[in-house]
Amino acid sequence: MSSLSAHLPALQVVLPLLSAPFAVLLRHGGFAFGIVTAGAWAAFACAIGLWLQTGEAGIISYHIGSWPPPWGIEYRVDRLASFVLLLVSGTAAIVLPYSRASIEHEIPRELHYLYYAMFGLCLAGLLGITITGDAFNVFVFLEISSLSTYVLIALGRDRRALAASYRYLIMGTIGATFFVIGIGFLYLMTGTLNIVDLGERLRTVEDSRPVLAALAFITVGVSLKLALFPLHQWLPNAYTYAPSAVTAFLAATATKVSVYVLIRFWFSVFGETLIFEKLPLPQILLLLSLAAMFAASFIAIFQDNLKRLFAYSSVGQIGYITLGMSFDSVNGLGAAILHLFNHGITKAAIFLLIGGVVLGLAKNSAVPNSRGVPAGAVPPAPTFDRLAGLAKRMPLTCFGIVLAGLSLIGVPGTAGFVSKWYLILAAMEAGQFWIVAAILLSSLLAIAYVWRFVEVAYFKPAPEGTTKQEAPLGLLIPAWLLVIGTIWFGLDTSFTVGTATEAALQLVKAGR
Amino acid sequence: MSVLAFAFVIPLLGAVGIALTGKWPNLRESVTLATAVLLFGTVLQLLEPVLAGARPELVLFEILPGLAIAFKVEPLGMLFGLIASGLWIVNSVYSIGYMRGNDEKHQTRFYVCFALSLASALAIAFAGNLLTLFLFYEVLTLMTYPLVTHAGTDKARAGGRTYLAILMGTSILFLLPAVIYVWHVAGTTDFTAGGILPAGTDSGAVSVLLALFMFGIGKAALMPFHRWLPAAMVAPTPVSALLHAVAVVKAGVFSVVKVVVYVFGLDQLAGATDWLVALAGFTIVAASIVALHADNLKRRLAYSTVSQLSYVILAAAILAPLSVIGAALHIAAHALGKITLFFAAGSIYTAAHKTEVSQLDGIGRRMPWTMAAFGIGALSMIGLPPAAGFISKWYLVSGAMSQGAWLALFVVLLSTLLNAAYFLPIVYRAFFRPLSAEAEHHPHGEAPLPIVIALTFTAFGTLALFFFPDVPLALAQQLVKS
Repeated sequence: MSSLSAHLPALQVVLPLLSAPFAVLLRHGGFAFGIVTAGAWAAFACAIGLWLQTGEAGIISYHIGSWPPPWGIEYRVDRLASFVLLLVSGTAAIVLPYSRASIEHEIPRELHYLYYAMFGLCLAGLLGITITGDAFNVFVFLEISSLSTYVLIALGRDRRALAASYRYLIMGTIGATFFVIGIGFLYLMTGTLNIVDLGERLRTVEDSRPVLAALAFITVGVSLKLALFPLHQWLPNAYTYAPSAVTAFLAATATKVSVYVLIRFWFSVFGETLIFEKLPLPQILLLLSLAAMFAASFIAIFQDNLKRLFAYSSVGQIGYITLGMSFDSVNGLGAAILHLFNHGITKAAIFLLIGGVVLGLAKNSAVPNSRGVPAGAVPPAPTFDRLAGLAKRMPLTCFGIVLAGLSLIGVPGTAGFVSKWYLILAAMEAGQFWIVAAILLSSLLAIAYVWRFVEVAYFKPAPEGTTKQEAPLGLLIPAWLLVIGTIWFGLDTSFTVGTATEAALQLVKAGR
Repeated sequence: MSVLAFAFVIPLLGAVGIALTGKWPNLRESVTLATAVLLFGTVLQLLEPVLAGARPELVLFEILPGLAIAFKVEPLGMLFGLIASGLWIVNSVYSIGYMRGNDEKHQTRFYVCFALSLASALAIAFAGNLLTLFLFYEVLTLMTYPLVTHAGTDKARAGGRTYLAILMGTSILFLLPAVIYVWHVAGTTDFTAGGILPAGTDSGAVSVLLALFMFGIGKAALMPFHRWLPAAMVAPTPVSALLHAVAVVKAGVFSVVKVVVYVFGLDQLAGATDWLVALAGFTIVAASIVALHADNLKRRLAYSTVSQLSYVILAAAILAPLSVIGAALHIAAHALGKITLFFAAGSIYTAAHKTEVSQLDGIGRRMPWTMAAFGIGALSMIGLPPAAGFISKWYLVSGAMSQGAWLALFVVLLSTLLNAAYFLPIVYRAFFRPLSAEAEHHPHGEAPLPIVIALTFTAFGTLALFFFPDVPLALAQQLVKS
């Protein structure tokens, strides 16, 4: 047993990575589902184990093939990494069982095994990005997760999913290219790719132009992937047209892992002196975050498609995360890490519930034959005119969306409130009271877009002959697990706040 | 489990019970009544220890490191808790008559939300720190939203939108940063006699903080954030009666007094409340003038409430111990008087389907109990003996004199005249004008018995509080002494 626990870092990535080719070889939706789900659950177990280990031992360094760093590839788990690993694998463990019923109506049955294979790859990629301690390895895993994501998005039945996927492919590739150019510069200047080693060696060449260029390239490249306003153009369409389960998984993990990469490079590689003194990066980040919080949330209010509405909401909420990063304080960074997690589970809950809505609409419009949905049939989009009186038809689904929506607003008793509390506290510590005002004002926009849904679902009269037609339990249970999570982490914050604060302390200490 | 815990558990279990018995209306209403009686009994058990100087506490769990969901019963919360839970019994009797008399839909949802609103109101009353107060303040807004929009019509939706936008908007925009700022500078949010702000806090910061609290507590309906209250009148009358004359609005002014006494402390605020006296005075007069012109009875009552709530704010802002006693007493006095008035308005609507003041000619002869109760409620609003409003106004005026707050005195005098001007004509109309020709053709009598019982009871309560103010007075005096 002890030898197994020593190899958790490797198993964390290898298990879901292996599940993908098995899924392809089995060529059967049901078997593929079983093995990929098993892989995700195993990864979740590994993440819990690693979280416990980092709680006791601090930072875990795992040498792949026993090659010591900086020569070999190191897997390195600190508090932040274990927190993100938990978020990613936990979301996958919940979304995969949900997929079974959800994709029945969204993806032709003969492609199901590919869906699971891609899901496994994407999961492995995201976990790999988080756990690896090697800069080039980050790029490799980034590409694994990105390529599988493009496929997952393109599986959406609406033909516009292809365009959305293509657009994301172009923008994502530009981002990855920028990122790898930055890594190249760093390698040029230091001769190393190990992140810890990079962090130490950069101290001697801090002032050189290539290092600053590397910082700029990496920041812009990753910002594309994390959908920092105004580099978010790929996100709304991708979220809107991807299959529901994919949207939920991506919303909770893909952008969050990209934020993680930015935090990792800023604080563990470049260090605070470079970030906060040499370049006006925090100021730029601050302004873009504010723009995201207001512009994206404002755009969200006017969306007619529920998925697109919450996609724009995501862009806005990412603004809160990056805002926390720009403060150069433990509370600010802690708030960013906290919101990364809290917003992740909140948004996953919402998109899973919307998946139920989409399924309900599809069931009403077409009867699936034995091979799943009839070819060429596009399920109706969840636009507001189709959602009138939805609360009558799907009371639990609607109530769940409202509860998670309250978390987006930041109502006390929800996870969103806790992150907002720390974000405001960080702004007050910095003496920036106008930012406090900005955070609060932008929260009002969230009330507007959440209440738009409430008024349509609860007050618009339902069409004649509407009967109660709740989403199947296979969709409701995973979604409600996350809804309960958003309430739970709003009331008992010892896990989230504790881990986020420890993570922030570790990063800030290492960066100074 | 402590008695205090039961004060929250009982209404919660009651809500579950109501939901489960929804198919059998008689059983469902029995559950509501039983819950209300049990709850009042529980709260009453706390009274004796609190009067004896004890402060029962209950700490649930920490939400954030160092910040727990905690409850602590102090005199003011005791008073508010007694009023809210006591009037819930009467209001439940009334609701049964009203909801059945008007064939309202979704009655189960109505009673469930009512029980949950009461649980939130009690949690506000007994909150031990600002975070707990803020949490349940927001919960109360959300729990009452379905009640306000009960009818489900476009008008209800629009009213609900105003209700939610103002209450939630002000609380997030102003109250939340105020709470976080207190935590930031004081390192605690526990309500403590004498205040918790560190000595020597910059007076500019104190002023800003006070403004954030006063506007952030939108439920106190200080102008310009008062519009939600008339908007909420679209709700069924029992909701307007208990929630928008008692639980919700009193939660607002209760929070105001609580913050002034236990977060700032009267001494810390010396000199910082002049603007608040002026604004509360303006609200009192302006709302009275609007009430004077409102023909819709519930709207007139709503603006009367806006005006009366600012009495409490005014009394607290004068910062004299006597006026703070007046503030506490007015929470009780206005609750009894205004719930009577709303009961009467609902009674008229149920029996005669009339909503406008101008339709009430001669109605007193057909509904003598209702209009007599209305008259007593009106007396209390004006502040005339033998109604409870006289006592609170007495203390308010005494406090204002002790501080030489002449503006406040002038406002009280003017508003007394205005109150008389918009309430007495209704009573006059009802009893002394002849019935209109149209009303002659639609005969009707008194409202259903539960309604009449309820409004008679609260009218008597209004008088009783004048003759026996001992318990509220004792609590209010403890509030200033501690």
